[in-house]
Amino acid sequence: MSDPQSWVPIDPRSAPTREHVLSGLKGTDEGGPELVQLLTPEGVRTTDERFGSWADDIGVEELKGFYRDMVLVRRFDREGNALQRQGQLGIWVPLLGQEAAQIGAGRAATARDMIFPSYREHGVAWCRGIDPTDLLGIFRGTDHGSWDPIAARFHLYTIVIGNQCLNATGYAMGQKFEGKVGEGPDSEATMCFFGDGATSQGDVHEGFVWAAAYDAPVVFYCQNNQWAISVPLERQTRVPLFQRARGYGFPGVRVDGNDVLACLAVSRWALEECRTGNGPVLIEAFTYRMDAHTTSDDPSRYRLADELELWKLKDPIERVRVNLVREHGVGQDFFDGVQADSDELASRFRAFCLAMPDPAPDRMFSEVYAELSPQLQAQEAAYLEYHSSFEAEGSLAGPSAGGA
Amino acid sequence: MATTMTIAKALNSGLRAAMEEDPKVLVMGEDVGKLGGVFRITDGLAKDFGEQRVLDTPLSESGIIGTAVGLAIRGFRPVCEIQFDGFVFPGYDQIVSQLAKVRFRSQGRVPMPVVVRIPFGGGIGAVEHHSESPESLFAHVAGLKVVACSNPDDAHWMIRQAIASDDPVIFFEPKRRYWEKGEVSDSAPAPLFASRVLRTGSDVTVACYGPLVKTCLEAASAADCSIEVIDLRALSPLDLGPVFESVRRTGRLVVVSEAPPESSVTSEVAARVQQECFHSLEAPVLRVTGFDTPYPPSKCEDDFLPDLDRVLDGVDRVLEY
Repeated sequence: MSDPQSWVPIDPRSAPTREHVLSGLKGTDEGGPELVQLLTPEGVRTTDERFGSWADDIGVEELKGFYRDMVLVRRFDREGNALQRQGQLGIWVPLLGQEAAQIGAGRAATARDMIFPSYREHGVAWCRGIDPTDLLGIFRGTDHGSWDPIAARFHLYTIVIGNQCLNATGYAMGQKFEGKVGEGPDSEATMCFFGDGATSQGDVHEGFVWAAAYDAPVVFYCQNNQWAISVPLERQTRVPLFQRARGYGFPGVRVDGNDVLACLAVSRWALEECRTGNGPVLIEAFTYRMDAHTTSDDPSRYRLADELELWKLKDPIERVRVNLVREHGVGQDFFDGVQADSDELASRFRAFCLAMPDPAPDRMFSEVYAELSPQLQAQEAAYLEYHSSFEAEGSLAGPSAGGA
Repeated sequence: MATTMTIAKALNSGLRAAMEEDPKVLVMGEDVGKLGGVFRITDGLAKDFGEQRVLDTPLSESGIIGTAVGLAIRGFRPVCEIQFDGFVFPGYDQIVSQLAKVRFRSQGRVPMPVVVRIPFGGGIGAVEHHSESPESLFAHVAGLKVVACSNPDDAHWMIRQAIASDDPVIFFEPKRRYWEKGEVSDSAPAPLFASRVLRTGSDVTVACYGPLVKTCLEAASAADCSIEVIDLRALSPLDLGPVFESVRRTGRLVVVSEAPPESSVTSEVAARVQQECFHSLEAPVLRVTGFDTPYPPSKCEDDFLPDLDRVLDGVDRVLEY
């Protein structure tokens, strides 16, 4: 975080000095000495006394798998951006730069664990076996989430910031009440994803309080991507976010969010802590939102391009590629194959999007209640009759005429 | 065999029965365990069902609702207690954004069988935030169902029916009537989302709910004319069939509530009665309610709350129209 003492007011009449530029770079903190890292930005595999052993089993094949995950997720994420620009999606929420934070955590969770995402967790969804095309409905406006959250053990995206921290805590309390916490093979944990901005929400605070009060098996996984739309981290907190956990009485760990191995190791440790009754745990994945908040956002209005250039040097995918080449001698064939796979996925993603039908007009009345009220039935019947009157007249100008 | 008990006891026995019937039913809220709730509605439940089924929660209303949503996703059927009407608002976000919408968002894959119990209404001489009638704020929210009980029989059976419902139910309890006694029958007197004619009459229809049902019944007994009293019971969805049928006979309707009248349950009743009974009405629908003010200091509440005289004044006005 920038030192307040170093801030120099900018004289609008003169060009900014080097100090001005540096003080304007908000998200350039290296993460500090407590940052857990197992793969440096230069692609060198390192050790960590506390968490390193949680990734000891990760060899070249696993690392290739993570590389593939990240490349494919980034590829369909870029396709989502493009589809929005071409008018096929109302909005897209890019995850660019956060691939390691999401794949590391997502691959640490077992099928028994439950996950509560925010709305940027396309990489975690990928790890849960949710097809990327299942994410499209939310952003095209055909549904509010099309996967089965119980079967996938991945709740639907939560858009109201921080709400899911309480929902996840409640779910984890339920796991505990059902006796699913302990040393047994059927033990479970819950993982809750949110961002740095969410940490200012009351629901995140209350989630921490409740999880602590009930020893709930929940891993709070904060992706600190440095920016809450236009607001830098320093407006949300005085202390590094992971340190907040101490005030609630549970451990907090800051991990290099651009290091897939470190994210995996710390997440595995945290989930096991929770499954065995030592929860909750807070993880701060220290990362960077390399794209806009959403396709409706314009980061050039509030942050300097130099900041992004700096973070490009810490790219989560590039460091794995370098490691695979230098430490494991992986050849170009592998990388070409992954590239081809990712292009194929993007192509399928695009084709699916273009073919998505608009929902029928009765869709909005569906599943509002388990037991539909007579008044809602009457509203539905009246509207459908009105709607069909246009079809009867053969008019093209009826409500929601046309469609893709 | 019918048993006589207070509304408080009827709720308590209803909660107990629901917990005995289904091990997934949990009771959670502030002071609901050892203390048995500030109104003693949950008295004895913690002792008999244990602290994992009767949760003394942190003092955090968003937490109560938000974790109940998570517990429901896990398959539990939480019954939340909000200590007083005016304290529900920290939980309002979770109620509106999650509780009301998870079913719709998931297209029925994730039901939300959660009950939120709220003691409501004034007349107990309390400080600010302890006497409010916020039911319209919930009735307006799609995805929620809203009910209010008025007597021990309904209190016992409606809470059990609400817990059995797969939809989220905001359950309003008339706190100043908690200690009123009445008979509780051996089976449910009516479906949950049904209004009930409590007294038949031929001159004026009075529709009411919650704490003012008793007031309206007393007014009907004291009146010179013949008043039909209907307890709405369900505020969302409203069950207005019996009201329409009654108004077609009497031609006159007075709607009674403690809540401020603007954009409220009473406005909805008035709008729909004029729509359905336009040709039967002999007078405009009249409302006898609280005022569009914050709930006043308690020394003013006798002026704020509709009482027997104000109900009868309303009846006189629709008769004289």
